[in-house]
Amino acid sequence: MEQVLDLLITFFLVIGGVFGLVGSFGLIKLDDPMSRLHAPTKATTLGVGGVLIASMLHAYAYEGHLSWHELLIALFLFLTAPITANFIAKAHIHRHETPDSLPLAGGDRKWATHDTPPDEQEAASPPADRG
Amino acid sequence: MIAYAIYFAAGCFGLAFLMNLWKIATAEGVGDRVLALDTMVINAIALMILYGLANGTEIFFEAAMIVAMLGFVSTVAYARFMLRGNIIE
Repeated sequence: MEQVLDLLITFFLVIGGVFGLVGSFGLIKLDDPMSRLHAPTKATTLGVGGVLIASMLHAYAYEGHLSWHELLIALFLFLTAPITANFIAKAHIHRHETPDSLPLAGGDRKWATHDTPPDEQEAASPPADRG
Repeated sequence: MIAYAIYFAAGCFGLAFLMNLWKIATAEGVGDRVLALDTMVINAIALMILYGLANGTEIFFEAAMIVAMLGFVSTVAYARFMLRGNIIE
């Protein structure tokens, strides 16, 4: 049983390390800013998840109790990585893209970063002062 | 066997950390720098957990949790600043 757990811990550690390396390598290797977003947010999160699962199994095998701290960190990272990616992509669209340089969003409206919702268009008859 | 796996994973994440530093130094736009900093925070969390795993202590999990929260909040604040020129409106 201990041998099986050792093998599992080693497997998850190696997988996690390889995915972490691939994520950061993709960050310097890919040439388009939007494809560069894929590698760190997906592969690196998976790598950290592998290390966290290995740490959980390690606590179970050597201290006799399953540790839940790691699951908390893994859950937090898996929840926040897509939000971070979405924010960075929105900032990229805002700074570097025009409505014409993007593919169609489908429907009559533009992409949400460029679009003003209809109710705000009516409300903003005097130009809104921001900042 | 586990010790070698921990060394391997720590080497991988350390190399990834160096790649992120290289990206921060050579990136063209500010968006790439924010992305590289976010990745660096995640790699730092992995390195902390590996250090705790190698030494058999559990105190690094609390530190990793706090670093995860700080990393998320700072990345969102930076992206928000890029998007609107303001963080809290």
